[in-house]
Amino acid sequence: MLKINNLHASVEDKAILRGINLEVKAGEVHAIMGPNGSGKSTLASVIAGKDEYEVTEGEILLENENIDELAPEERAHKGIFLSFQYPVEIPGVSVTNFMKTAINATRKANGLPDMPANEMLKMIREKSEMLEIDRKFLSRSLNEGFSGGEKKRNEIFQMAMLEPKLAILDETDSGLDIDALRIVAKGVNKLRSKDNAVIVITHYQRLLDHIVPDFVHVLFEGRIVKSGGKELAHELEEKGYDWIKEEVNA
Amino acid sequence: MELKEKLIASFMAFENLVDIDLPVHDVRSEAIKEFEAQGFPSKRDEAWKYTSLNSVLKHDYSVFPKRENHIDYNDIKKYFIHDIDTYKIVFIDGKYSSHLSETTHDGIDVCLMSSALTKPKYRLIIENYFNKVATKDSLSSLNTAFSQEGAYIHIPKNKLVAKPIQIVHFSTGNEAALLVQPRNLIVVDENSHVQIIERHQSLTQNPVLTNSVTEIFANKRAIVDYYKIQNDNENASLIDSTFVNQRQESIASVHTFSFGGKLIRNNLNFYQNGERIDSTMKGITIIGNKQHVDHNTLVHHIEPNCESHQDYKGIYADSSTGVFNGKVLVDKEAQKTNAFQANNNILLSDKASINTKPQLEIFADDVKCSHGCTIGQLDESAMFYMRSRGVPEKEAKALLMFAFSNNVMNSVKIPEIKQRITKIIANKLGVNIGFDL
Repeated sequence: MLKINNLHASVEDKAILRGINLEVKAGEVHAIMGPNGSGKSTLASVIAGKDEYEVTEGEILLENENIDELAPEERAHKGIFLSFQYPVEIPGVSVTNFMKTAINATRKANGLPDMPANEMLKMIREKSEMLEIDRKFLSRSLNEGFSGGEKKRNEIFQMAMLEPKLAILDETDSGLDIDALRIVAKGVNKLRSKDNAVIVITHYQRLLDHIVPDFVHVLFEGRIVKSGGKELAHELEEKGYDWIKEEVNA
Repeated sequence: MELKEKLIASFMAFENLVDIDLPVHDVRSEAIKEFEAQGFPSKRDEAWKYTSLNSVLKHDYSVFPKRENHIDYNDIKKYFIHDIDTYKIVFIDGKYSSHLSETTHDGIDVCLMSSALTKPKYRLIIENYFNKVATKDSLSSLNTAFSQEGAYIHIPKNKLVAKPIQIVHFSTGNEAALLVQPRNLIVVDENSHVQIIERHQSLTQNPVLTNSVTEIFANKRAIVDYYKIQNDNENASLIDSTFVNQRQESIASVHTFSFGGKLIRNNLNFYQNGERIDSTMKGITIIGNKQHVDHNTLVHHIEPNCESHQDYKGIYADSSTGVFNGKVLVDKEAQKTNAFQANNNILLSDKASINTKPQLEIFADDVKCSHGCTIGQLDESAMFYMRSRGVPEKEAKALLMFAFSNNVMNSVKIPEIKQRITKIIANKLGVNIGFDL
């Protein structure tokens, strides 16, 4: 599904990603872990197409198509979803209206008519119930005045509505209490199927107890320096990142 | 001949057309002297520092339209709020159009200024109210001198006027260049409520200049809601001077939606002559190309325990320019005043500009006054957020801009106006999305 070859990216001439190689197949869950400043969020933003990052070398392939030149919305239309570490507050735009606009734009790009209103409402009801989101919440302005946990749950709600092929969760667990974490994980697990894939970016192992990864990668100084199975996450939780740094520097 | 000289010369011709024995004619004669003494404002005047009238004064305007023109309703229906029942006072090239209008004398007077100025039954109201709140600045004086046609609305006490009143001016291009000077008088008596919508629409590419003066009197506990839709073409310019005199416990609001025209100058003045008065002035300006919109507001807090709310949002694209000059004057006696003013602007291009100048003059010591103005660009992180969810760039921009101006829409009480404004904004932004936010 996603293949990243030798990806280098920089912001304002500062190199942040220095040769990432990663392959994510349909049906898989990959966790990307690493210390602060290792480039995790940059990798997520580059895959989603944020303008301020410049890809200086390498390529990103989605289902064998190079997406380097695509705008963020075109990537979204092809099924990429990024759950933001810091969701942006947008006063005056309601969650529901935003979702309607996003879903219908995606359908239009894929040659489909607008989703009928009753179908949309049904979907909104189902997904919000699954994520235990109060309906009143959906008529509020997007992320405005939401608590940290509400913002993250709202991200997962949007993911559930958009049903992406590839979901990238950037530190979705930060700021969540254990109940919210469980709800969020439920939403993600519901999405998992043989046809789509999830990349979980996290500092901590606790989210991975709920969303169990097939592969764990350690990102350090802009490169993936170690990969393994879910047991690698436990090892990192126990031993921290210092031993990785030592290994790299050795 | 310069326009000023032409107008002064035309005044004599005008006197041949109207009854000069009426008391109002002394008011006109005084006014033309005032205009003659002052001339048109120039950039040397502090209040006109950022708005030059040179480009609109250069045309050889017809001052008196020669004949009555006819327009078919179906051709202009779209300029009306037509999905609800309304009274209509419609003018074509400055002349009253009886076939497009729907006036009334049934308990209220919704009719013509020309008849109010001449018929004895309106004399008392004219004596008490006509030209009583308009200032003697040059453009208002010019309008007063030629005051003849416009809307006359008198709502006696305890009337809730269920149908909004539309005042619509069309220009047809029968004149090579046309100057019209509508004069409106609106008197709303105790406990009455009225909603008014005003629009000026040119149907031609010929230059049109409208110099309009509206006097509004909101008497004790009256409620007046006034909506101005300014979405004219790029050869039409508008100078709108609106004066609102409020008595105790009255509530008055003016919403100004400026989306089109070559040059628009709005002079909006509120005078609070009584206690517990509430005044609202709000506006959305979205312009591009070389358009220019200037909002010049004044709220004069004269007595204690009153409120005023000002909220103007502006979005400027291309080489468009904007001005906001908002003055809040709080007299020494006007204790416990609450006055709020906000002016927020987004510049979409390096060539667009806005000059914003809040002026607070406060002589009372126990007041709450706040003001704030901002000038910025669209939030890039919000753009990326929306686009990453699949919303295309253009729509994301439109949603952000709409959201930016949305709290001005919140206080619009007529749903059909809200829908209409929403549509105009969507059109203006080149998107086809429903903003049922």
